[in-house]
Amino acid sequence: MNWAVIFEAQNLALFGTGIVTTLTLLAASLASGAVMALVFALLLTGPWAPLRWLVGAHTYVIRGTPLLIQVYLIYYGLGQLEWIQDRWDTVWPWTHLKEPFFCALLAFSLNTAGYTAEMLAGAIRETSAGEIEAAQAFGLSRFQVMRRIVLPSALRRTLPAYSNEVVMMLHSTSLASAVPAVVDVTAAASRIYSDYYLPFEAYLAAAAIYLSASFCLIGIFKLSERHLLAYLAPRKAH
Amino acid sequence: MKKLLFAIALGALSTVSFAQGKDLKVAIDPTYEPFTFKQDGKPTGFDVDIANALCEQIKRKCVFVEQGWDSMIPGLMARKYDVIISSMSVTEDRQKQIDFTDKYYNTPSRVVTRKALNYTGPASLKGKKIGVLKASTQEKYALGELKPVGVDVVPYEAQDQVYLDIKAGRLDGTVADHVEVTGGFLSKPEGKDFELKGEDLFIPKYFGIGAGIGLRKGQDALKGELNAAIKAIRGNGVYKKINDKYFKFDVYGK
Amino acid sequence: MNAYVTAILQGALLTVAVSVSALLVSIVLGLLGAGAKLSGRPVWVAMATLYTTVIRGIPELVLMLLIFYGGTIGLNNTLEWMGSDATVDINPFVAGVLTIGFIYGAYMTETFRGAILSIPKGQMEAAWAFGMGRMQTFVRITAPQMVRYALPGFTNNWLVLIKATALVSLIGLQEMTYAAKQASAATRSPFVFFLFTAGLFLLYTTLSLIALRKLNARFSLGARHGTL
Repeated sequence: MNWAVIFEAQNLALFGTGIVTTLTLLAASLASGAVMALVFALLLTGPWAPLRWLVGAHTYVIRGTPLLIQVYLIYYGLGQLEWIQDRWDTVWPWTHLKEPFFCALLAFSLNTAGYTAEMLAGAIRETSAGEIEAAQAFGLSRFQVMRRIVLPSALRRTLPAYSNEVVMMLHSTSLASAVPAVVDVTAAASRIYSDYYLPFEAYLAAAAIYLSASFCLIGIFKLSERHLLAYLAPRKAH
Repeated sequence: MKKLLFAIALGALSTVSFAQGKDLKVAIDPTYEPFTFKQDGKPTGFDVDIANALCEQIKRKCVFVEQGWDSMIPGLMARKYDVIISSMSVTEDRQKQIDFTDKYYNTPSRVVTRKALNYTGPASLKGKKIGVLKASTQEKYALGELKPVGVDVVPYEAQDQVYLDIKAGRLDGTVADHVEVTGGFLSKPEGKDFELKGEDLFIPKYFGIGAGIGLRKGQDALKGELNAAIKAIRGNGVYKKINDKYFKFDVYGK
Repeated sequence: MNAYVTAILQGALLTVAVSVSALLVSIVLGLLGAGAKLSGRPVWVAMATLYTTVIRGIPELVLMLLIFYGGTIGLNNTLEWMGSDATVDINPFVAGVLTIGFIYGAYMTETFRGAILSIPKGQMEAAWAFGMGRMQTFVRITAPQMVRYALPGFTNNWLVLIKATALVSLIGLQEMTYAAKQASAATRSPFVFFLFTAGLFLLYTTLSLIALRKLNARFSLGARHGTL
């Protein structure tokens, strides 16, 4: 095993770039995904049937197809459409589709939005009937019930499942290596593998990086669960 | 419990194959028209035909194994196949890892960009995006000569994906094998705004001496057989027949 | 165009083969893992915990690349070191099935463990009081009830597993995604081919969902939802 190669300056720098790209992708897709998920979840549990159907169809497709295909569709597929090609040099939103990083980001955001929306919608639906009835008995409007009773509780109850989703997203960012020119941790490892013919060392290093990142994320979530879901924990003995 | 584990282990091992004698496993990357590509789902092209001709000469059956370009050499070293016949150039760097037979063709590489672009040398491409095949000699050239003068070099997994992105407008051009880019891109509708620029690049430092058959080190017997076979088909007209099927000129080169 | 569509459909058969084989491997590993974790013996618990923690902390793609490229070299080096001349080739199908099975075995472990823990202990104790052996208790009491609790998690794992098979295209197995990628680059029409492949995956997941929902319906529990 030739570990010295991994620790050479330029290879460490390559992994460093990879880590930065991975974390940026993760943070950005989680942030935009979360915003979209909130909107989608409200539409999924809302009173307007066409919107429910539309968003439902979207989450259904997202959850029914592999992320890899979604990435290819957005990067290669959209790039093929002449309607987009005509606009992506000049018209603002479409210019971003030219960049591989943005395409990967879009694919990941839509993906996490789809999954999180369903999780959140499920938590909203599972809100204890008694609480809602009590709020309605108090004369709160639908919007107020949502904002003051249902959402705070639903968001907290989604936390355990969401922590899983965040770790899944970290792992999914490794698919960014399928898009040309995006150098994340996996792409860095593949580069070192094909340059130096050291598959074990390169991929074990990548695995170690992901493992540490996963542990950090799980740790952060455990702490926040202890704080935010304290009211659901079993009572401690006095 | 123990019996179950043993049965599972046996089952897993039985699916792992042990290499036999007669078949010659040949690795190809079928994204490199007209040398190696797929037609009607079958591998075809100059490389494939040469491989079949050589196999006939050494009386073994060619079994083609598809492989991505950037793991061609690692795959050979991991014994996934016996030889690489996929337009792999013989370079000093590669010879550190594997062995090569004599060359079976030699064609230069060339820069390809839009007709409208006034190309006067690597510096005139500054700021442009040039796509190259990962782990290829053209990538080495691009990283060695183009990147230092400010060209954005983008590596791709397969050459035809480079053409896909050129067509989409994400890339301004590529550095590729002269013959391959003509057959695989310029002669097709999407290549009509592009042309070969500058001169043929014959720099041995990057491009080596031509394409040879790659094998693992220490396989001198096989290497000897294949070298003899190459000489044989050069002499008896089989090479010329395959050459003329794809090209209007002699691709063996100097 | 036609040859490419045929290649994708043939790839679809491979996808089904890989996913079903991997599912079987993962069920076996899941049962073993859950058993180890619940056995109470420190060695088994530690090994099972190591297994589930490490697997769930590494991306599937990285694990697949490690096993496929690293595994073959490792095995061949070991054989050389042992003095044998034989070469071993782990083909992409086996590498894919073992990797995916191995990964989802970890997820199944957690699903099965949670399911077994949900069964009231009194039932198992009653079975032992009746004189039923371990195996008998498992087959007649634990397993049927475990299925009911495990189904939601199992369905989830199965759907994610189907999608993970797309990753095997990246180690060269010529399943749907690989065929679609080659077709799209050669014909310069990625949109059509990837959309078609996405459609095939959607068909596969939909059929699975329908089948598993029917199964779930036999065990579903009623719940009251508040009307908003």
